[in-house]
Amino acid sequence: MNLLVLPVMIPLITALLLLFCQKNRRLAQIVSTIGAFSLPAVGLLILSRVHEEGIQVIHMGSWQAPFGITLVADYLSALMLSVCGLVGAAVAVFALKEDMNLSREGVFFPLLHALLMGVNGSFLAGDMFNLYVWFEVMLISSFVLLSLGKTNAQLLASIKYVALNLVSSAIFLTGLGLLYGKTGTLNMADLAVQLQNTESTVLLTSTALFFLVAFSIKAACFPFFFWLPPAYPAAPAPIAAIFSGLLTKVGVYALFRTFTLIFNQDTAIFQPILYWMAILTMVTGVLGAVAQMDIKKILSYHIISQIGYMIIGLALATKLALAGAIFYLVHHIVVKTNLFLLAGAIEKSGGTNDLKKLGGYYKGYPLLAVMFLVPALSLAGIPPLSGFFSKLFLIRASLENGDMFMAFMALAVGVFTLISMTKIWMEAFWKKGVGENERRPAKIKRLDLTVTMPIAVLAVVTVVIGFSAGHVFHFAELAAEQLIAPQMYIDAVMGGNAR
Amino acid sequence: MEPFWAVVVGIMFGAGIYLMLRRNLSKLILGLILISNAANMLIMTSAGLTRDAPPMIAAGKETLTGTYADPLPQALVLTAIVIGFGVLAYFLTLLQGAYKSNKSENLDRLGGGAS
Repeated sequence: MNLLVLPVMIPLITALLLLFCQKNRRLAQIVSTIGAFSLPAVGLLILSRVHEEGIQVIHMGSWQAPFGITLVADYLSALMLSVCGLVGAAVAVFALKEDMNLSREGVFFPLLHALLMGVNGSFLAGDMFNLYVWFEVMLISSFVLLSLGKTNAQLLASIKYVALNLVSSAIFLTGLGLLYGKTGTLNMADLAVQLQNTESTVLLTSTALFFLVAFSIKAACFPFFFWLPPAYPAAPAPIAAIFSGLLTKVGVYALFRTFTLIFNQDTAIFQPILYWMAILTMVTGVLGAVAQMDIKKILSYHIISQIGYMIIGLALATKLALAGAIFYLVHHIVVKTNLFLLAGAIEKSGGTNDLKKLGGYYKGYPLLAVMFLVPALSLAGIPPLSGFFSKLFLIRASLENGDMFMAFMALAVGVFTLISMTKIWMEAFWKKGVGENERRPAKIKRLDLTVTMPIAVLAVVTVVIGFSAGHVFHFAELAAEQLIAPQMYIDAVMGGNAR
Repeated sequence: MEPFWAVVVGIMFGAGIYLMLRRNLSKLILGLILISNAANMLIMTSAGLTRDAPPMIAAGKETLTGTYADPLPQALVLTAIVIGFGVLAYFLTLLQGAYKSNKSENLDRLGGGAS
């Protein structure tokens, strides 16, 4: 069997098996954990295969591109598969002892794996319509996961989330229809070939705008991010963690893929749009975070702000900028998921996420404090953690372009990020807890190993990315090279069939 | 035929967006239904409409000859309709849940406020 099928097949089979072993809790946990842990392994395997043999392609049912369904893995896909697999495994372990009532537990794990299937499928899709279908697989699982608790807050958050995503899907479909009407193909590589020498740039630009809007809604870029801050904090901890790590990043991946491969002709129009989108996303996100006093809400606004950093890479579109953005993507998925897991751990042990009611964690639970410090400082960009290098590369890229303004904005937003992280640190960890005094320490519940272990592992990964930034950046650079020169991708997919 | 359907699709999009902008949950879902179906019709229309020419290979021939309707947009639309139907059905149950716990269809009166 071909390696590229596995990232989709494993979660599918796991989800199906889990539906059959709902009665046996132990067995379900084992199946889910095995399924989740094989994903990062397969991702790394694909990455090493791409490294050795170049871009991997599989034509389903041996129907050659552009006629059949094609799965493609280049460096970007392989990197994303590995990191998302890692994060998925961490969340699957974190959720093992999650206090879910029984009706929820039966569907939680199958849905988690269905979500991972959709995410992995989106990374591998070599065909625009396939990308749409994988998006929907991912979104439908996320809809159900978000509303699982059936609390009023969750229902209201889900309504906004589902409605906006339905609109975005309709816009995506509209773009697909226009694109097909113009070119008669939906295979990404074939599209790239067909559009290279098209004359009707006006039509092309209008179509590209549909895709830009559709993917920006999913990636939560300015001005389309309004669904995110109410949605994520309403979800239970493991669900919020997996959403924060993966969902918006699939939107960013789709933007990277389409705007480097397919719509790369009319840069004069899209570069300024992306440029201002990046800056406004960064700034509005970070300013929104400053006003919040709830850990999950602060973190949700920071997701938006960091999506802005990734869009910088696309807006500048030099090799260094793209590599920096890909590095940022990898770093962000690990760190953000970890911070949401930590928010969940704090909620579990302290009973709330409200910073005004929290306190005393530094004394009461030093282990958690240390584990919070690593991703929080990394997010703010303190050396030698991963966040420092990701910001460094992006700022260097904008300086190389002679763009002082962008570099300044990126630095300023970094400072504001640090302020928010310090706020969480001061309020939850350093401040005295409610009713805490010399004799009576704050009431903090000890946490299970299944909760602390994934957090610790992700924190270690953050440190490792920081200390081996050179190696990770090397891979990010290779991925950026493939994005800059789409001919490699086209040749790998089309083989001799290029028309 | 295509210009006519282009106008129809435009009207459907307009009506859908108008409905979605009202502060009412049942109008929101009607608007979403209109928009997702407008997108489906747009796929059919923009791919070109061909009447009375099914893409069937005639008996004794090896390949398709003459004019024939493009089967791919039909396959795409079929997939999109099924997905859209499933998601909208799920959305209806969500709206029902929200209505039950808030006893109101007005978006402004649902609890929880803006965020």
